Parts: sequence; structure tokens; C-alpha cells
Amino acid sequence: MTRIGVLALQGDFFEHIKILKNLDIDAVEIRLPSQLDSIDGLIIPGGESTTIVQLIDIYKFREKLIKTIKEGLPTWGTCAGLIVLAKKLMDHRPDPLKLMDITVQRNAFGRQVDSFESNIDITGVKGPPFNCIFIRAPIVTKVGKNTEILAKVDNNRAVAVKEKNILGTSFHPELTNDTRVHELFLEMTL
Amino acid sequence: MVVETKTGTGTWGVKTGLAQMLKGGVIMDVVTPEQAKIAEDAGACAVMALERVPSDIRKQGGVARMSDPSMIEGIKKAVTIPVMAKARIGHFVEAQILEALGVDYIDESEVLTPADETNHVWKHDFKVPFVCGCRNLGEALRRIGEGAAMIRTKGEAGTGNVVEAVRHARSVLGEIKRIQGMNLEELMSTARDLQAPFDIIKDIHDTGKLPVVNFAAGGIASPADAALMMQIGVEGVFVGSGIFKSENPQIMAQAIVKATTHFNDPDILADVSRGLGASMPGLDVRTMPEEEQLAQRGW
Repeated sequence: MTRIGVLALQGDFFEHIKILKNLDIDAVEIRLPSQLDSIDGLIIPGGESTTIVQLIDIYKFREKLIKTIKEGLPTWGTCAGLIVLAKKLMDHRPDPLKLMDITVQRNAFGRQVDSFESNIDITGVKGPPFNCIFIRAPIVTKVGKNTEILAKVDNNRAVAVKEKNILGTSFHPELTNDTRVHELFLEMTL
Repeated sequence: MVVETKTGTGTWGVKTGLAQMLKGGVIMDVVTPEQAKIAEDAGACAVMALERVPSDIRKQGGVARMSDPSMIEGIKKAVTIPVMAKARIGHFVEAQILEALGVDYIDESEVLTPADETNHVWKHDFKVPFVCGCRNLGEALRRIGEGAAMIRTKGEAGTGNVVEAVRHARSVLGEIKRIQGMNLEELMSTARDLQAPFDIIKDIHDTGKLPVVNFAAGGIASPADAALMMQIGVEGVFVGSGIFKSENPQIMAQAIVKATTHFNDPDILADVSRGLGASMPGLDVRTMPEEEQLAQRGW
């Protein structure tokens, strides 16, 4: 049975676990680096990216995360998780893991009063457009030659990207009851 | 409660969603940009910008109002984590001003002097989300009914004494369990007894939880206090005077963040509790006259 770990340092990790359990997946909270050895896929959830990166360093996760994901562990970052995985950020903090060849702008739509929902088509997700919830959300401003853009918002800004074993979304499928993006990620773990 | 699926800004989904992102985290009271930086570096998931921490409001007395906008703006510039600010209970103009300033969350707070002794702010009219305090489930559900997108216990702010936060969290969580076990025909009289909206009572009966995120606040002054509240069942903590009124704020802030992440791991809790220096001096709530108890404010 596929076992998915959700990095449970801070943020909405429980919402990911709930959706995975509804899909009959064995989902576990990851709170210590050694727990990364026993999973088939990893989700870095939404939360506060500055906080999550601080905690990655305080709890000595950095080296182990970089090694495990570089070795091919299927990994998905939502919102803060996408920021954590990026190669480059447009502001000077926090210091991301630099695992995905993308440049990310944090809080790209403004502050909380500018947070929004929108229905968007995502490559690889069948059926009607997906209800995407953007909360103080980042966008991908630049992608490398091996990065595929899976979804954009109106003015052509990338909000879902894929590169080898890594998936990133600016929005939060875990806050909806729609399991289609989780299923897309699970296909990557097979 | 039916969650709207309409698209756009200021939706119930994005208001409650931000609180989801704060879960498992610590929200710290700060009065200067320097303190805000210390909080962010220690791993705080948000800061509460205010002019005086609750223990100073208590000591100095007088009317406590919304903070000066320039002070809030200074803190907004210093950090990239969300910035919250407090408005007085019922003072919807202070709330309008805070929304215009672009704060990420408004705390309609009993720590400030109430502006309306009957009504709270009608929070559905705002794009910015609100957090409100509560002592029991009825109070929590009235606030949610008015549009609060996040709930916290009131506790007794500025005392460094966790006993009231425990009382309030146990009351809210206990009543949720009781409702979950009820038959449908008992829900309407429960709504009447709790003076709470029926649709949210029904929602709690079906899901076994509040429809919004639930944090603890008021009197949390040590890593053990934070972990205690998490084990009781809240989803994160606010720490007010407990950090910057302690002997070593930097170390205390980091320790409380670690204790909140690893709230179920006694070895880590033992480790972070070591050598913290003096906590803030505490107050005994039982010997405090009722008019000095901030939790009594709010209706």
C-alpha cells in the first residue's frame, strides 16, 4: 500500500491527511527527519513559508529533505510548500531547498484582502475546472527547460508546475472536497 | 454551515483558509518591529501588532484602543509573516481602519476596552478575516454566526496563568462532544440553551468540530503551557505577554514554537523547557476582582 508522508511542522497538514485517508491511502505526519525513510511520497503543505523554512532548519530537516527528494521521492508542495521547493525567490528570504528549477514570487497577489478563489483548468486533471483557493499565494515567474506548466491564472501567470518527481501548486486543493489533484500526485508515486 | 463556493476575494473559503495555514503555529504579541523580527526568526506563524501587551494594559489602566496605524505599518514592513491587529469589541470603524491598512487578520478583542456593550462587529461585511475570543461554545458560535473566521479561547490575558484558557478550551471542546452524541431532536433546544445559531449546531453535530480553526489564548507563559493547550485539543496558540515579558524573549519564543510543534513528545518538551530564565510574573485569577477580568467582556 502506498504510504504518503505530510510534513507536519506547521500549516494545514491535517487537511492533506484527511483527503488521502478518504482515498484509502496510508497517510502519516512527518515531524522528524528519520521518518522520511519509510514513505513513498511526500507532501509539503500550506502554511507560512518563513515559518516552515525556519522549522526545517531548527529541526535539522534540510540536508535529509534535499537528499531524499533528489534521489527521486515523489514530492508535492502546496503554496508554502511550493515556495520551500523553489530554486529562487524574488525576495531575499526565506532560504528555499532549491530542488525545482523555478523562480517564485511570494504574496504575488497582495495581502490577505486580495486572497481569492477561481475555477481553473489544470493539465492532467479531467472534468470541470478546479476550484482553486489562493491565500496570500505565490506565483511561478520563471521556469527551467524541464519544468512543465500545468495551470495559469488569467494574466498568464503559472500557478501549477511539474518537474520530474516534483509537483507544485500555488493554491490549496486540500481545502476543497475535490480529490483530483491528490489523485494526480498519487499517479506520480506509482 | 454551508461553505460558499463562489469565486472572488473575501470569500468564506479564503478567510477561514488563512487560519488553516496558521495551524500548529504560535502567534506572538509584538509592540515594535524589532520584536516582530525576533518572533519571525523564532518561527512564529504570525504576529499581533499592538501598542501595549496585555500585562501592561492591566497595570496602566485607562481606555485601551486600536494601535496607531504608523506603528502597525512599521511592523508590517519588518516581517513577511501575516500581521494581525486588535480592534475594540463592537468598534466597526476601528475594524474599517485596520482593513484599510491591509492587516491580514483583525482580532476583535476583549483585551481592549469594549466600544459596544451589546453588539459585536458584523464581520461578514469585511474582506479581511476576524478572530474572536470565547469562553464557551455558545459564545464561539455567536461570533462565527457574525462572521468570525477563526476562534480562540479568551483565557485571562496578561496574567501568565493558563487556568482560564484551560477552562475555556475544555468547555468548548466538551460541549462539542456532547452535541455530537445527541439525537437530532435535541439540537434545537441546545441551540436555544447555548444562544447559538441552529445551523452551526447542526454542522457540529454532523462533523464533531467547529467550522473554523480554534486556537488557545490568554495566560500561556511557558512551553509546557503551549503543549498543554495543544494536547487538550486546540490547533495553535497565541502568546501575549508571555514572551516579551520573560527574561529571555528570544529563547522563550523558540522554545514555545518547538513545544507547539512537538506537543506530544515529552523528551523534546523536557529539552526545550531547560534553562529558559524567569517566565513573566504571574497573577492568580481567583483573587482578582471581577471588574479586572478581561474575559468577562464580550456578549
